[in-house]
Amino acid sequence: MAVSDTMTAPAKPAASREQAANFLIKRHRFHAAEALPWLFAIAVYFIFPDRMTFGSQVLVMIMFALSLDLILGYAGIVTLGHAAFFGIGAYTVGLGAAKLGWTEPISGLFAAAIVAGLVGFITGWFLLRYRGLTLLMLTLATAIMLQEAGNLRSDISGGYDGLPGLTFDPLFGKFDYDLYGHTYYIYALVALAVVFYVVRRIVYSPFGAALTGIRENVRRMHAIGSPVHRRLVTVYTIAAAIAGVAGALFTQTNAYVTLTVFDFDNSAKVMVMLILGGTGRLYGAFLGAAVYMILEDHLSKMSPTFWQFGIGLLLVLAVLFARRGLMGLIEDAGRYIAKRRQP
Amino acid sequence: MPHVANIAVSILFDGLAYAMFLFITSVGLSVTMGLMNFVNLAHGAFAMAGGYIVVTLTRTLGIDFVPSLIIASVLVGLISIPFERGLYRRLYKATDLEQVLLTIGLAFMAIATFTYFYGPIPKSVPLPNWLQGDINLGFRAFPSYRAFLIVLGVILIAVLWYVFERTNIGAKIRAAVDNRRMAESVGINVDRLFTLTFAVGSGLAALGGGLAIQLFGLTPYFAVLYLVLFLIVVAVGGLGSLKGTLLAALVLGVFDTAGKYLFADAGGFFIYAVTVVVLLIKPAGFYGRE
Amino acid sequence: MQIFRWVGAAALALAVGGVAQAETVKVGVVLPFSGANADLGHQIDKAFDLYVKLHANDIAPHKIELVKRDEGPPTGAQAKTVATELITNDKVQILTGFVFSPSAIALAPVVTQAKMPMIIANAGTAWITNLSPYITRLSFSMWHPAYPMGAYAFDTIGCKTAAVAYTDFPPGKDSTEAFTKGFEKAGGKVTLSIPLGSPVQVPDFTPFFQRIKDAHPDCMYVFIPSGAHATGVMKAYGELGMRKAGVKLIGPMDLIPDNKLQDMGDAAIGTIVMGHYAVDLDNPENKAFLAAWHKEYGADSYPDFMSAAGWDTMHAIFDTIKKLNGNVSDGSKVIDALKGWSTNGPRGQVSIDPATRDVVQDEHAIEVIRRPDGKLGEKVLGTTKAVKDECKELKIGRCGT
Repeated sequence: MAVSDTMTAPAKPAASREQAANFLIKRHRFHAAEALPWLFAIAVYFIFPDRMTFGSQVLVMIMFALSLDLILGYAGIVTLGHAAFFGIGAYTVGLGAAKLGWTEPISGLFAAAIVAGLVGFITGWFLLRYRGLTLLMLTLATAIMLQEAGNLRSDISGGYDGLPGLTFDPLFGKFDYDLYGHTYYIYALVALAVVFYVVRRIVYSPFGAALTGIRENVRRMHAIGSPVHRRLVTVYTIAAAIAGVAGALFTQTNAYVTLTVFDFDNSAKVMVMLILGGTGRLYGAFLGAAVYMILEDHLSKMSPTFWQFGIGLLLVLAVLFARRGLMGLIEDAGRYIAKRRQP
Repeated sequence: MPHVANIAVSILFDGLAYAMFLFITSVGLSVTMGLMNFVNLAHGAFAMAGGYIVVTLTRTLGIDFVPSLIIASVLVGLISIPFERGLYRRLYKATDLEQVLLTIGLAFMAIATFTYFYGPIPKSVPLPNWLQGDINLGFRAFPSYRAFLIVLGVILIAVLWYVFERTNIGAKIRAAVDNRRMAESVGINVDRLFTLTFAVGSGLAALGGGLAIQLFGLTPYFAVLYLVLFLIVVAVGGLGSLKGTLLAALVLGVFDTAGKYLFADAGGFFIYAVTVVVLLIKPAGFYGRE
Repeated sequence: MQIFRWVGAAALALAVGGVAQAETVKVGVVLPFSGANADLGHQIDKAFDLYVKLHANDIAPHKIELVKRDEGPPTGAQAKTVATELITNDKVQILTGFVFSPSAIALAPVVTQAKMPMIIANAGTAWITNLSPYITRLSFSMWHPAYPMGAYAFDTIGCKTAAVAYTDFPPGKDSTEAFTKGFEKAGGKVTLSIPLGSPVQVPDFTPFFQRIKDAHPDCMYVFIPSGAHATGVMKAYGELGMRKAGVKLIGPMDLIPDNKLQDMGDAAIGTIVMGHYAVDLDNPENKAFLAAWHKEYGADSYPDFMSAAGWDTMHAIFDTIKKLNGNVSDGSKVIDALKGWSTNGPRGQVSIDPATRDVVQDEHAIEVIRRPDGKLGEKVLGTTKAVKDECKELKIGRCGT
């Protein structure tokens, strides 16, 4: 929020202070506009009933991007290994169903969160002393080494052919999965809403404010005695757990998982989506993942071979003309309209 | 020759050749990231472009492999200048994340563009006779192409070292890496320096791309396929350091080769394990500044 | 009585929509058009397009419409999403393509649920056809070339010992397991087994091969995905002078994809592979296929074993449309029509085994030679007729279920 906070500062200091105070008091409250993406997601269910398989994939990626936003956008932790936690969550429910017969989906999500969170805690404790390119490479190497380890034990992981034919119980023993993916979509949407609520609470808590402080000026946070490392590890653990849930949903909606979930491509793609949507903005994850995936879907239908050109062009244009991501563009537009209304 | 010594010689020789490829391709990236503080993920795209220019020069125009390499490097260096002036320059003060987005976008566009012109089928280049087969050094024979890689690498290192350490331009570059503001205030035109080093770095990437065809084959996807490898070399070596990049390329090249030779089952592990160990001990890489 | 039957049949035909009604059959094509393995997708896609172009009138008055989607990376997820939507959204009646095994594996439960016939044009993991009664395959299983190669290597090429090297993913493991079974059954001994890293990046093969050279087996069996890897293998093999050192290079046909053969140089000469297709196969169907290919795509463009399988796949789809008179909406009927289907295609005689729904085809031992015109060519040394997927015959692992 730091960027938009400063943007609201007008000329007069007193009025400015009051406005800033008002902003701080109100910012955690739900804004009417926040209902829009959710209404949109529900509308999609009724308008495109044949496209729910794709829709659920978008929801999974939104959740994954949201977890990255928590550490990248709010705490300023740049990572290229976030797919590690997505993959661990994916394999937790995958192996659970394939080897242990744990086929109940909702408890599977919790199990994935716990396992991924645990790995996040351990690796975070070691790695979060580093920053910048070093951290980037360390997280990247961690994810790839997990993948290599999985390939070494392909008797367990199924290797690059994966764990086929996973079956999960119907939700609450009642709602079974259908070919059209309607159940998946609702299931993923509800899960996303719960996760979003948690993330929103964290972001607007004192803990969230401390994270933003670390992102903006880590020295000052050290100086005022904030336990920086502990806070970073905490948020990293939470983000890892959420990425794990996204991974678990991915396995459940696909009824299948292979080692490619740990790919560098997966880490890079979610980061690109988030930056495209706008970091540190909660809904940036929604917008970025949705726009990227819908555009990719459309372009790859128009031209299965050359669609990457269009995606590339979008990214370049976004950097040149929407510096704070698509959410930044929307904020600017909102501010412009507000200004026009009150001369 | 005894068996163990034979193995050691094999590993050192192959590792050295591989290291030279890593060095040539990554050194430009290291300088860009160190000097300009710019995360250039399109570096691989310049390497890929260099590779395809070599393919066209050798296959279509019938020019020899070595002159083609030189022409391709110069061409890509020149082509990179408008990119630096028009696009990269606008983002020098932007965050890393925006630079990532821009350069990944460029890499995607490059992949699609080269697929359009060259198709997705892997390309190879015709080599002159003296680069095929092997050369006998008396006690054993070595593949000629790899020997060529090593010789070329050594020459390039000597030239780069001379330019970097012994010329006026090199002194300016080092000054700008150390303290950009100070360099500007003593009258160094840092902007022009940026353009120059960027062009040279991209030209070297193109050279690396041309050399890689024989090792890996060339598809448009080359633009991103080996990017992680180049980033690792840069991170392990330390940003902006010639010495560091060389040392990192040598260590990673030899360790990777040794790992593949001795422990093929876990071969993929080695390069990452070395990376993690080095970075845990020296977070800024071998010769990076903390 | 005869006349009543005719009238009855005619009335019935009119009732269900009329014989003369022209149907447009929608076929979903899922192939990797982008990404690191895009060239594999294009090799098959070209064959599909060529067949449709040349044979469009064979199914008149019916028409065929190909709906093409990008298979994406070999994760299974994207292929599953696009293929599911081809079923639910685009309402295709037949699915085909699938270069990567994970795509086919991920999709198996979906096609079972949707009763959607799925004709695999490449993906070679042996047990895929066991996953759903709606899956059939016209390409190959990894065992098709690898298992007979074992006996051939020992008996004919004269390998007493062999090293195996494979790209470290399931098709690689399948292929080497099949070779090893066949080779050791014949009396040979595998002395060294070396994984060659991931299927995504082409590695530097030299250290792996150097180790094999130092171990000095009679033969080296190599499996790699037939893209850029193949050229890399040949280069490293040539550079190390392994043939001179007495290590023969053998493998499945993935080692010498026809569209890359001319780039491989002298190093490839003497390589012996087992495979079901080579551009130099001497049969009239292949001659016609090649001529049509060169006419359409230029003299420098070559089909390969994937293209040949793609051609036969489209042929099978056309024959099914003809047989069912355009009415392919019932998936079970389509699969039943395909069981036992056979043809003489570019690969020679191929058919679909009604019991396993997998392809039955001839496997040829092929040697790379220098042709009189200076180009590299392929010489058939011997042929094993009507090879079935031995993995399922021997019921090994998942193939037995």
